[in-house]
Amino acid sequence: MSVRACRDPDEAVAGIEDGSTILVGGFGMAGMPADLIEALIRQGATELTVVSNNAGNGDTGLAALLDKGRVRRIVCSFPRQSDSWVFDRLYHEGRIDLEVVPQGTLAERLRAAGAGIGAFYSPTGAGTLLAEGKETREIAGRTHVLEYPIKGDVALIGAHRADGMGNLVYRKTARNFGPVMATAATTVVAQVHEIVDIGALDPEAVVTPGIYVDRVVQVVSAA
Amino acid sequence: MNPTSSPLPPLEHLGRGPLTEDEMAARVARDIPHGSYVNLGIGRPTLVADHLPGGAGVVLHTENGMLNMGPAARDGQIDPDLINAGKIPVTELPGAAYFHHADSFAMMRGGHLDICVLGAFQVSSAGDLANWHTGAADAIPAVGGAMDLAIGAKRVFVMMTLFTKQGVPKLVPECTYPLTGVGCVDRVYTDFATFQVGPGGATVLETFGIPYDDLAQRLGLALSRQDGT
Repeated sequence: MSVRACRDPDEAVAGIEDGSTILVGGFGMAGMPADLIEALIRQGATELTVVSNNAGNGDTGLAALLDKGRVRRIVCSFPRQSDSWVFDRLYHEGRIDLEVVPQGTLAERLRAAGAGIGAFYSPTGAGTLLAEGKETREIAGRTHVLEYPIKGDVALIGAHRADGMGNLVYRKTARNFGPVMATAATTVVAQVHEIVDIGALDPEAVVTPGIYVDRVVQVVSAA
Repeated sequence: MNPTSSPLPPLEHLGRGPLTEDEMAARVARDIPHGSYVNLGIGRPTLVADHLPGGAGVVLHTENGMLNMGPAARDGQIDPDLINAGKIPVTELPGAAYFHHADSFAMMRGGHLDICVLGAFQVSSAGDLANWHTGAADAIPAVGGAMDLAIGAKRVFVMMTLFTKQGVPKLVPECTYPLTGVGCVDRVYTDFATFQVGPGGATVLETFGIPYDDLAQRLGLALSRQDGT
């Protein structure tokens, strides 16, 4: 199925169902799909599971989605930040479940989901609280922890440019989780700074091939 | 260790105080070989970059997806798409490369980075690291890339003050804070001394502003001296 170019972020997030697992790209504000998150707030889906590196900053974007009580559970590597007061409050009030995952394990679990890997053994976290209750195995003299994929119903990512095939290129460190999340969800929505004609992106430079991407929307704000 | 080979430099550096933060960073930088691929952890370890001499050929990795990261961006250079793992705006050097998170952590976990420098709450003499969580009941756990860094780089250096503000040693027989990694630390650079840690326990490589015997007494820890005396 080819990519759909949406006229605005509201069209891009239409149909997201209550109870969905949403992969949200970005590291800090770099690569954060802020317009898609704002549209998701308007769209109204609730009881969501959000998978993202952080748990919202300040009062906008992911923090605003949390503040509206739409997120039941968050899977992330680094929830606690100087400006994560929305998450902090919900967490201390017991209104949100938290699964903390080491950052590289989070990326690899997403990659595994996109690559059809059933599970994998990683040395990260062996012997720590984050491996408690998980299967372990000694491999080449080192303890490894069994980790399962994280698959999304929807991925919301920010990229730099898309073409009419849905091919994506990113800019600098805003690439972060975009390429792996794009492989790991049933419906992948990208907000981009520019949609260009088919043939206008150098095929050698495409980072996310359009096969992974379902909807793109051009936004004026920084991704 | 072979005591008959070339003589070691003096272990005790007396007649001076403990190292300042900048001197600690310079001390770490001296042990980073030319041409290394290095990740500097968030906070105090980032100071090490200021002490790598021009021409050292050290390539800095930031785990959010970049090699050959440059210094922090100044006004007018700030690009919101170009940040380091501490979310500080940075710059790129010629020859920089960008990659996604799974690749970034694969190069870390896969042993391609030569050195990472991390801060710590505690390090054990066997090289266990605790630097992500105090374990307090109301603390929100947040690990980021700490566990991946701890087990991934070929050598892990810790840079920390040797004592807490209350004077409690942070080099310990066993960590009491939740672990980040088991047996992963190679060297510990502190204001009062530099240590080698690992299966053989803690070895003092040098001291600053404190005699070895006083250091051993304050730490209350089984120690050996690199000079074997």
